[in-house]
Amino acid sequence: MLEINHIVKQYAGHRALDDVSARVEKGTIFGLLGPNGAGKTSLIRIINQITAPDSGEIYFDGERLNPSHIERIGYLPEERGLYKKMEIGEQMLYLARLKGLSKHEAASRIRHWFEKMEMQSWWNKKVEDLSKGMQQKVQFVATVIHQPDLIILDEPFSGFDPVNANLIKEEILALNRNGATIIFSTHRMESVEELCDSIILINKSKKILDGKVKAIKNAYRTNTYRIEHLPHHESIQGVEGLFSVQNQVTGEDSTVLTVSVAEGKAINDVLSYLIPIIQIHEIKEVIPSIHDIFVDQVMHGTPHPAIETAE
Amino acid sequence: MSKTALIIRREYLTRVKKRSFLLTTFLVPLFLIVVYVLAIILTANSFENSRAMVHVIDQSGLFQGRLPDTRNITFVAVSGEVSNAKEDIADDGAKTYLLVIPENVDKGAGVELFSSDIASIGTQDAIRDQLEGVLRDIAFEKAGIDRKTVENIRPEVRVQAKEITPDGEKESSAAAAIGVAMALSVLVYVCLLLYGTQVMRGIIEEKTNRIVEVIISSVKPFQLMMGKIIGIGLVGLTQFILWIALSTTLISVASAVFVDDDTIARVATGQTPGADPISVQQPAHYGAYSNVMQALGTVNFQGIIGAFLLYFVGGYLLYSALFAAVGSAVDSETETQQFMFPITIPLLFTYILSFGVLVNDPNGPLSFWLSMIPLTSPIAMLVRIPFGVPTWELALSLTLLVGGFILTTWVAARIYRVGILMYGKKASYAELVKWFRYKG
Repeated sequence: MLEINHIVKQYAGHRALDDVSARVEKGTIFGLLGPNGAGKTSLIRIINQITAPDSGEIYFDGERLNPSHIERIGYLPEERGLYKKMEIGEQMLYLARLKGLSKHEAASRIRHWFEKMEMQSWWNKKVEDLSKGMQQKVQFVATVIHQPDLIILDEPFSGFDPVNANLIKEEILALNRNGATIIFSTHRMESVEELCDSIILINKSKKILDGKVKAIKNAYRTNTYRIEHLPHHESIQGVEGLFSVQNQVTGEDSTVLTVSVAEGKAINDVLSYLIPIIQIHEIKEVIPSIHDIFVDQVMHGTPHPAIETAE
Repeated sequence: MSKTALIIRREYLTRVKKRSFLLTTFLVPLFLIVVYVLAIILTANSFENSRAMVHVIDQSGLFQGRLPDTRNITFVAVSGEVSNAKEDIADDGAKTYLLVIPENVDKGAGVELFSSDIASIGTQDAIRDQLEGVLRDIAFEKAGIDRKTVENIRPEVRVQAKEITPDGEKESSAAAAIGVAMALSVLVYVCLLLYGTQVMRGIIEEKTNRIVEVIISSVKPFQLMMGKIIGIGLVGLTQFILWIALSTTLISVASAVFVDDDTIARVATGQTPGADPISVQQPAHYGAYSNVMQALGTVNFQGIIGAFLLYFVGGYLLYSALFAAVGSAVDSETETQQFMFPITIPLLFTYILSFGVLVNDPNGPLSFWLSMIPLTSPIAMLVRIPFGVPTWELALSLTLLVGGFILTTWVAARIYRVGILMYGKKASYAELVKWFRYKG
């Protein structure tokens, strides 16, 4: 869908993007992650052709990115905004027609979406009369009204109450099932990590990591497990060559044991050792969150080679 | 519909549909008409209502039986003490005056006019004219000059200024040209600032609303900027056309309904009928009003309206691009001051000069250069046009103006595309230069 090759964007005295490359597969959900000021918005603006890169190029469906692609992209900027004094219906029509829809087509799609989102009565209202959450809904509809192939959402869930955030999330997933490719950009990594198929992590203008979420997590697995069991009269000790105990916390009616499995052994070996001793409630592998991986990457500062996700 | 056309359409319609647009469009001509009609009616009425009773104490004895009543003034000869007479008029109230003529009035002593309120200028003038007339007659008699002879000797020279043009001679009137020139200068100055500021406000609104990022993900910043500039320019043109159409219809209707020609003529000449028997008998003096009409008739209005539209459009495009750049560079209207100042200086400078140098010496070197420089030509050239400007100068000035607005639009667009995405940064001139240099 999108191929980003060696993008460099220089502002006076500040390099916003430094040789950033990435691939967004068709029909996937892609996470563009990084702290504030990392360069996410700069990259999005380049994809939207709001600004141009100093060097590097982007291919959209195999073609060099050009103005004809604008109609196939839907963009929800981080800073939401609408004309305050304009009526909602008229405003939607205007925005949809700017995306190249005919008047008739635009009107019927807007009606469809308004019904779906239960916004029919808003048509003649002015934006300034709506609550912030309602405005966000209007903005979301405006983003997807032209059925874009690529939807770019910058901090999509900020400003929504939990009910509406969920509603929007469902709509996004539905759009994705219908074939749209989604790019999420956010600094709150935990909010999208379960949604994304692949991600790119940007910090200080540089890509520090990219690849499939599963592959990244696999690469960062430490063979650590969390075992919850009934409290035992004595604490569990590690066994040389089998496992070591990292942590042991006893709560009211259960104890949580965190163990590291030794090299060359599997969790099953550990379990067969433990089962005779304790009564196990639950066992779960401790997988680092993207956030943990990010912190790890930033702390150690070593550029990690892209994780191979060859298909 | 192309995207720029869509933007123009939105900018135009949202403004034209606004209540404030309808109000200014319809109320301004209406207001002008009301003022015009009121002025005429009030002036006419004030003459009619100024009937006054004047008690005369003639200590000189020269005016006995020589002060005939006029339409507005009735003279009553009174004898006795001045102090008693003063009490009398105080009892009679307003509109009763006491005129005391001292003995040696023919030697230059002043007369006194008492009243319980302030005597109107019209009444004072009428009384003065009558007394002067009587004294003049007496002087003629003493010198043995027949009054009839004097009246018949009234040499009159009228100067008709004619301009030699390739089409032959045509009447010209410097006074009319000056009037029209000044009116144009005010109109262009006000309109350029008015609509330029509207462009700037619109851009600040989009920027602070943050809708700008949504829009420019669909269209190029240049399209958005030009759409706004053209849309608002069309609003301005619509307003002009409506103003001209409404005012002319309303004025002719109002004139026909409320005011008959006679009243206009009377008001225009500023004369009270019958106040001065000599001058009213002279029809040539009647014509101040018709002179104005005649003088205005020498002005080529079609040409001027055409030139006005051209220079308004050119000047508007040039200045609104600059205003657009300012709007994109700031976060709120309060921050615009430092950038607005240098933009308005050339306008203000020409505007002020147009009342002096430009109308006094419309073909001098300063006028010529000001009417060539694109920043000043929209005002300067319009001021010169009523006096006649060679075609080549017009063509050169317009070409430079077109070049000027292409240049400012290009510069403004480069600042605009960066500025609209910059938030919370206090823009300085150095910053603007940097933005201008950004690639892409």
